[in-house]
Amino acid sequence: MKKPQNEMKMSFLSLSENERLARVAIGGFVSSKNPRIDELTDLKTAVSEAVTNCIVHAYRDTVGVIEMTARLTDDCVYIKIRDRGCGIEDVKKAMEPLYTTLPDEERSGLGFSVMESFTDSIAVKSRLGYGTTVVMTKKLRSKI
Amino acid sequence: MAVYIADGGEGTIVAKITGEIDHHTARWLRMDIDTAIQDRNPKKLLIDFSGVSFMDSSGVGLVMGRYKNMKERGGKVALTNMPDYIEKVMNLAGMDRLLNGR
Repeated sequence: MKKPQNEMKMSFLSLSENERLARVAIGGFVSSKNPRIDELTDLKTAVSEAVTNCIVHAYRDTVGVIEMTARLTDDCVYIKIRDRGCGIEDVKKAMEPLYTTLPDEERSGLGFSVMESFTDSIAVKSRLGYGTTVVMTKKLRSKI
Repeated sequence: MAVYIADGGEGTIVAKITGEIDHHTARWLRMDIDTAIQDRNPKKLLIDFSGVSFMDSSGVGLVMGRYKNMKERGGKVALTNMPDYIEKVMNLAGMDRLLNGR
């Protein structure tokens, strides 16, 4: 990755009202680049999915800390979302479209599919009992 | 975030959602729509997305749940006025076939 021009790091509790907080924060962070509306919506949606996974799965039945780091280069945004929750046993399986461990709670099993579709790259690292880190990058194609 | 329920005629109820749909708000929307289904027993539920400013995959779960609920009652679900970004999320689950009752 090229040297970042700007960087932010925030942490917040795994409360569902903070899904919106994370979206607003990433929107504000990239706004200096004048992203297109569709790029902004894609980023907010991908962040919302990653943070929701931390709340619904990683810290299920408990409240923990979610860390979000973002870096901005000339034409790319890098976002890392990390929890120290239960971890994912089988990341490959968890990333399969429509796979969910919580169908009774009306989870669609599309979280990772949305993250994959709405960004340019995604990497997921997880260790049972230690937590999960999701890293996404997206090119910001146009400038006004 | 709110949902406004209106009579669409011919056994249809229209649920117009406004604001953002995420995991936090979906539970309230679900409750309001299910209450309306129980009270009015419609043949068709039309969900209107014209007032929605953001939606992630929690919205897909919301639609899937209402689809199941209506199907159990012998009814149907249709979606209308979806902005492009919402259609993009719905397409991932193949839910776009419900658009405009297709």
